[in-house]
Amino acid sequence: MLALKLAYRNLMGARLRTWLNVIVLSLAFVVIIWFKGVINGWDQQARRDTIDWQIGGGQYWQENYDPYDPFSIEDSHAPMTETILKSVEQGELAPILISQATMYPEGRIQSISLRGISPDQKVIELPTSYLVNDENGIPAIIGERTARNNKLAVGDYVTIRWRDVNGIFDADEVKIVHIFKTNVPVMDLSIVWIPLEKHQEMAGMPGEATILITSKETGFKEDFPGWNFKDHYFLLSEIREMIEMKSVGGSVYFVVLMSLAMLAIFDTQVLSIFRRQKEIGTHIALGMTQRQVVTLFTVEGAMHSVLAAILATIYGAPLLWLQAVVGWSMPAGTDDFGLTIAETIYPAYSLALVLGSTMIVLITTTIVSYIPARRIAKMNPTDAIRGKIQ
Amino acid sequence: MMKNGQLITIQNLIKDYPVGRGFFRALNDINLTIGEGEFAGLIGPSGSGKTTLLNIIGSLDVPTKGEAKVLGQSIGNLNTRQSAKLRNHSLGFIFQTYNLLPVYNVFENVELPLLLLKMSKDERRKLVDQALDWVGLQDKRKSRPPQLSGGECQRVSIARAMVKSPQIVLADEPTANLDAKNSHNILQTMEKLNEELKTTFIFATHDDKVIQYLHRKISLDDGHVVNDEQIKKQ
Repeated sequence: MLALKLAYRNLMGARLRTWLNVIVLSLAFVVIIWFKGVINGWDQQARRDTIDWQIGGGQYWQENYDPYDPFSIEDSHAPMTETILKSVEQGELAPILISQATMYPEGRIQSISLRGISPDQKVIELPTSYLVNDENGIPAIIGERTARNNKLAVGDYVTIRWRDVNGIFDADEVKIVHIFKTNVPVMDLSIVWIPLEKHQEMAGMPGEATILITSKETGFKEDFPGWNFKDHYFLLSEIREMIEMKSVGGSVYFVVLMSLAMLAIFDTQVLSIFRRQKEIGTHIALGMTQRQVVTLFTVEGAMHSVLAAILATIYGAPLLWLQAVVGWSMPAGTDDFGLTIAETIYPAYSLALVLGSTMIVLITTTIVSYIPARRIAKMNPTDAIRGKIQ
Repeated sequence: MMKNGQLITIQNLIKDYPVGRGFFRALNDINLTIGEGEFAGLIGPSGSGKTTLLNIIGSLDVPTKGEAKVLGQSIGNLNTRQSAKLRNHSLGFIFQTYNLLPVYNVFENVELPLLLLKMSKDERRKLVDQALDWVGLQDKRKSRPPQLSGGECQRVSIARAMVKSPQIVLADEPTANLDAKNSHNILQTMEKLNEELKTTFIFATHDDKVIQYLHRKISLDDGHVVNDEQIKKQ
């Protein structure tokens, strides 16, 4: 308690020197929390969007389906059993039939993934209600990225060619009835969505599907022979790995910022111990043990981080709150990198994040303050009183 | 334990400092007793050992051989905590360069020893006010050391040494940085406190202005006590 009181007095007495360190340290606090908040916000948004748009409550994959092996696609389909069809009717499952195809926008050849989905499904947020039958051709919806890459607009017709279950090529025109916007690129890039029944008819696979998406609300999970259930942990593994990679990158910022702040504290401590030898000697003469003086100097250094936390709260909390509300706009074209990322990321700050960061800074500052302060224990008090350099 | 009001007993004290492969003998066979309420001075030229002896009495240093007993405690046998406790409770220090904490104001500097004694706020305020009255610095209580003259700084230093009413005050060249007028003021203040509070003052000095105030002169030369003279004051 005495060390706290004296340390506070010393820091307040040192005025500018104290506040320069505190400002640097508070900047480290704010930037570390902000950066981690951005990563958290992105993580939450990416998970939310992926669940809403792509994976629902989990997916059943036809046992041959392997999204990373294009050659497996033509064998990755199976008839839906009555149980499955019943669940589809009840809105618990959304079947998707996937086949490889080729699109010819403006005479160019573009490989695509042709996907059939029921226009009535409500399991994922894909706007399938636009896929109503059109007398003028096969209705199709595509994402903004596919539309931009292929210069397609609503109302355009584009030729697609596919192979049916027997390996026979066929072609037809699809009409772009809607262009949707999504933060999940894997639902957009080079994908053409058409009505499920039409796709089954075109491919000669009536009543068949490649994957079944479960509704996230129902917690649906039954065993279907020939279908493998993939849960969130599996389906979100790519996002998790990407966020972890970004977190590692963020750690570099963290280390650089902390090093700068800690260097300032370390320098201050070394300078203090060098400059304040008379003061150290005086404390000992007045009745402090050398260990108590070491504690005093360590607390003094560590108290920088407490003051920095207070200062960071004063100016950082409104700034971080504003950023959390207004968000951080990503540069144009970021979503073209294939990352599940929104146009605007809203940082998410948790109590654990703030307390964790504060504790790390506090502990590091204490250690950095203690290291030079240990020298005091080796000082000769009589030399210290005279300010003799030791 | 103390005998016949003797606060300090020094017997056959030797203090050596290592120098290269050998050593330098700063104090050689010192024998002394200093009693309660004395106003004594260790006098002698530079290098005679007076500051070394003062430091040993103040438990800031330890003898190489022999014994130094202060308030019944053998300095050489005290651990760091015990010697800190002795200084904290019973000893006051006045330094040549004042050694005030520059970031504290006068009040806070004088209050510091009481904080170490864990006194209550009210008690601290009362004792600091009293000490500032003794040295006539009530009007400077909010000033910081850089705003004070040398004489004022030394008066703060006296107040800090006296605030806890120690049994012994050790003053190392207290007037070395002061002009004649300030030196006399300081010495008169200390003499007054010695008379009123019966606090033992021990000086280490070679300043004639100090020497003329002493009631006892212990002359040191080359680490030996060469003369020990009681002065009758009128």
